[in-house]
Amino acid sequence: MVKKNFIKVFSKLYLALILLFLYAPVLCIIIFSFFNTDLFTFKNGFSFEAYTSIFTSSKSIDLWNAIGNTAFIAVIAATVSTVLGTFSAIGIFNLSKRTRRAVKNINQLPVINSEIVMAVSFMVFFSTFAFPEGYLRLTLAHIAFCTPYVVLNVMPQLTQMDPNIYEAALDLGANPNKALTKVMLPILKPGIISGFVLSFTLSMDDFIITQINKGNTGIETLSTFIYGDAHRKGMEPFWFAVFSIIFVLILTILLVINLKKSSLKENKNEKI
Amino acid sequence: MAKKIVLNAKYQNKNQKGKKLKKLFMLNRKVFSYPYIAFLTLFVIAPLLLILINAFLVNGTFSLQNFVNFFTESTSLSTLSDSLLVGFVTTVLCIVIGYPVAYILSKMDSGKVLVLLFVLPMWVNFLIRTLATKTIFESLGVKLGMGTVIFGMVYNYLPFMILPLHTTLSSIDKSYSEAAQDLGADSITSFLNITLPLSLPGIISGITMVFVPTISTFAISELLSNNQILLFGDSINLKFSQDMYGVGSVMSIIMLLFVLISNGLINKFQGKTVDEARRNLW
Repeated sequence: MVKKNFIKVFSKLYLALILLFLYAPVLCIIIFSFFNTDLFTFKNGFSFEAYTSIFTSSKSIDLWNAIGNTAFIAVIAATVSTVLGTFSAIGIFNLSKRTRRAVKNINQLPVINSEIVMAVSFMVFFSTFAFPEGYLRLTLAHIAFCTPYVVLNVMPQLTQMDPNIYEAALDLGANPNKALTKVMLPILKPGIISGFVLSFTLSMDDFIITQINKGNTGIETLSTFIYGDAHRKGMEPFWFAVFSIIFVLILTILLVINLKKSSLKENKNEKI
Repeated sequence: MAKKIVLNAKYQNKNQKGKKLKKLFMLNRKVFSYPYIAFLTLFVIAPLLLILINAFLVNGTFSLQNFVNFFTESTSLSTLSDSLLVGFVTTVLCIVIGYPVAYILSKMDSGKVLVLLFVLPMWVNFLIRTLATKTIFESLGVKLGMGTVIFGMVYNYLPFMILPLHTTLSSIDKSYSEAAQDLGADSITSFLNITLPLSLPGIISGITMVFVPTISTFAISELLSNNQILLFGDSINLKFSQDMYGVGSVMSIIMLLFVLISNGLINKFQGKTVDEARRNLW
């Protein structure tokens, strides 16, 4: 019994240790963002200076531009990918077995491929066919790597769907377009939504493909701006504040979403 | 009677019309995939083909010189060996650290919720996390080099190991190891003979989800070693930015081969766990 308790305590301690390892950098950044420092020291005393520098620093215009670009590209990429991916999934689902498998395999390529290989292949492709540098290249590249995920999210919904429901709509007099918009799309909605959210986050989070395809246009997204600035000049208090805000934002959003999801699941289980 | 026949005919007619409509619509829906097939050809296949062509081109003519250059140059070979070394050490460390985590979590009632905590940091952009780790090293006065690169990689990819392992471990039927213990095996024997072999698919997918991304990452090793250590991903970027498209393409193809091999391995060992793990990731 003593041994069992010892193992229990020990394993909990181990989990705590690994969590500490995973969160230490995040926690350090947040703590030291209140001490206006570019290394981890307390010598400058407690202050909100790092946070006010987000608005007053010479970098703040660039930062807001980068945030704007990131959001702009993510919105366009996610919207186009979601529309393209949803209709494609319906189309692929109705292909003959052999073609379907082939298309699915090609669709899998951007998902499994390493980002760096995709990034340079886009770069070579764009420069070979002289695509104009800038937003066009970036949004096309983002759409190209996001759409496969939408297809992958919508596809399972299609396989699970009862084909009789759709046929019933046709039998009851709905024309195919109406059956599509009133019956099929609502059934696919969960997949479509998760596809949109996923492609939006993937696009926002992307660094490698954007960095290699942005060219010399001066267009920066948040991640390429961070790389360029923090890499060249090192970390400044400004970045401590920006990173802390990003950490807190992302972690709370995810925690809320996930807790809601698991509580929903529990409710469902109880009902059953 | 006649009325009935007429009605029947009408009904059949309607039915046929419906079938025709359905057929027409099936065709229509197939058509939905055509733009995407064109899109995939243009933006997935064509770029990769261009890479393949570039690998065999030297000054506009077909040649194997790029391959010869890559495999005889000492710098590119040392990049390859550095990448394999970092990838190997990172993967081993991730298994050693991550397996117990996944195992303990799979035994706990609240494991499914707790595993989220281990996955959450992954959602923060890797650059931000890497810069944060770098700042810690600099504050502590740790010399940047191979050690810090491996630390950064483990920090970045540990969740990718924990997740597939946790998925497989928690899906193993508990009665197997209980039966083993009822039959007299101690907990270590039952772990080695029952749990470990059954979790093999999770280990394989964890390995591929850590190893390949580690050698192909761009920027992590560069940041955490002050440009001393370049891994495969950094090196591909460098070659293309120096306009050495030929050698860069050769390296991209080698990278792609790694990806395809690892994907084949995953598919062989139960593709489900990875799919599930991926779905949980995102």
